[in-house]
Amino acid sequence: MPTSPKSKVASKKREHRKAEFRSKLKVTPPILSSKKFYGHGIPEISLEQLTGKLIVLEGADGSGRSTQIRGLVDWLEGNGHATVQVGIKRSTLVSEELERAQEGNILSQTTMSLFYATDFADQLENIIIPSLKAGFIVIADRYIYTLMARDLVRGMNRQWVKNLYSMALIPDAVYYLNVSPQQLIQRNLAKTQSLDFWESGMDLGMTRDMFDSFVQYQHKMQQEFLRMQKAYKFKVIDGDRSLDAIYEELKTSINHVLAGNRE
Amino acid sequence: MGRKTFGELGYPGRLIAVEGLDGSGKSTQIKLIKRWMELQGLKVFFSEWNSSVLVKSATSKGKNRELLTPTTFSLIHATDFADRYERQLVPLLRAGYIVLCDRYIFTAFARDVVRGCEPDWVRGIYEFAAQPDLVFFFKAPLEVTLARILEGRPALKYFEAGMDLNLSSDIYESFRLFQGMQLEQYLAMCMEFNFLIVNAKGRVEEQQSLLRQLISKNINLEAFKKD
Repeated sequence: MPTSPKSKVASKKREHRKAEFRSKLKVTPPILSSKKFYGHGIPEISLEQLTGKLIVLEGADGSGRSTQIRGLVDWLEGNGHATVQVGIKRSTLVSEELERAQEGNILSQTTMSLFYATDFADQLENIIIPSLKAGFIVIADRYIYTLMARDLVRGMNRQWVKNLYSMALIPDAVYYLNVSPQQLIQRNLAKTQSLDFWESGMDLGMTRDMFDSFVQYQHKMQQEFLRMQKAYKFKVIDGDRSLDAIYEELKTSINHVLAGNRE
Repeated sequence: MGRKTFGELGYPGRLIAVEGLDGSGKSTQIKLIKRWMELQGLKVFFSEWNSSVLVKSATSKGKNRELLTPTTFSLIHATDFADRYERQLVPLLRAGYIVLCDRYIFTAFARDVVRGCEPDWVRGIYEFAAQPDLVFFFKAPLEVTLARILEGRPALKYFEAGMDLNLSSDIYESFRLFQGMQLEQYLAMCMEFNFLIVNAKGRVEEQQSLLRQLISKNINLEAFKKD
């Protein structure tokens, strides 16, 4: 029976879907790679038991982080991997208290740093490490780098900050969504029609003008991230491109990570 | 590293800390020092470990629900200390007060290291805190301090007894072992941080005399009189 070109395309599509369906019937676990802490780390953890992967997305508010994470979680789970998410200010231990302290803007700098570090450590020990032990892919919606950059632009001692976060586990991949401050301001305003006090660095007292403060602060943060990039080996992703282009780049890179490589 | 004292850093105020195990009598002594200074009309302020209002809610939640690990235990106490240090101790010391501290960073050094935290990491975190102008360490044999605390079979708290360390399932036995390990840490720190050793087995009055003498010898108390 002669087939029309149209049905040929349709059958090809069907074939493709079938192939894709079949490919997902067999789920491959990620290939093991050795894990390390930045420094002394957490007492009494056997690193070789951490069979999962830790993938970090860093970037300012409005860099497209959350959108990408949603997409990546769907993709990973669709491929049969269990995932779990962590992020800043999400610990059971101190998140509420941290929120309250931040609202009043009453904490001094060292206290604030340590409070955030506590929030991080709680998630590291109670979520990240146990999940990695259970073979999960842990997606971190920001990690120690945002916390460190915030401390550093506020004048904290570099060595002190480095020591504080030497308890952290080195991720299998860190992606920094690099977006220009000008782009960030457009995206934030399009989303909420306002600028956030902390994301504008208003506590630094650089200027009373929120717009100017936002641009200056995000520029400082960006500089700090690029400075850290060498020491902490981030993969810098050009975040000024389309969401799809970024998504494809992330997926390719994560596939590489799942195959046992470090990004 | 070599921490500098507040005096060496040019602060007009002075900080005196007492350290030692539970039951060593240090709190009794520092309170008597406070009374002594108040009665002389000195500008004096007393501060306790673990007392920042702001961080309290998180600390007590962590303790009540036994949520704390050695790392978060260490960090939450550092947060508490930093809050007190930056908002209270430093302004008071800059304003020329004598600040009396019932426990200082050495408590954290002893406890956190016993819990398994890396000594360098803990010391690094507290790097922002200056060395007290005087540190009194209340030294007594373990049996003495243990007897003072355990005599009435008090209700010990989980973390206080070091139950998180799994030393023993018996809370009193765990407390004993935990205190012993802390004592070792304290003794190892005596030289490093210039502890002035007080024989905590002696009578209250004997200890108080020693403290008063050493304080007046090292600090010109006249300079701290209220106007």
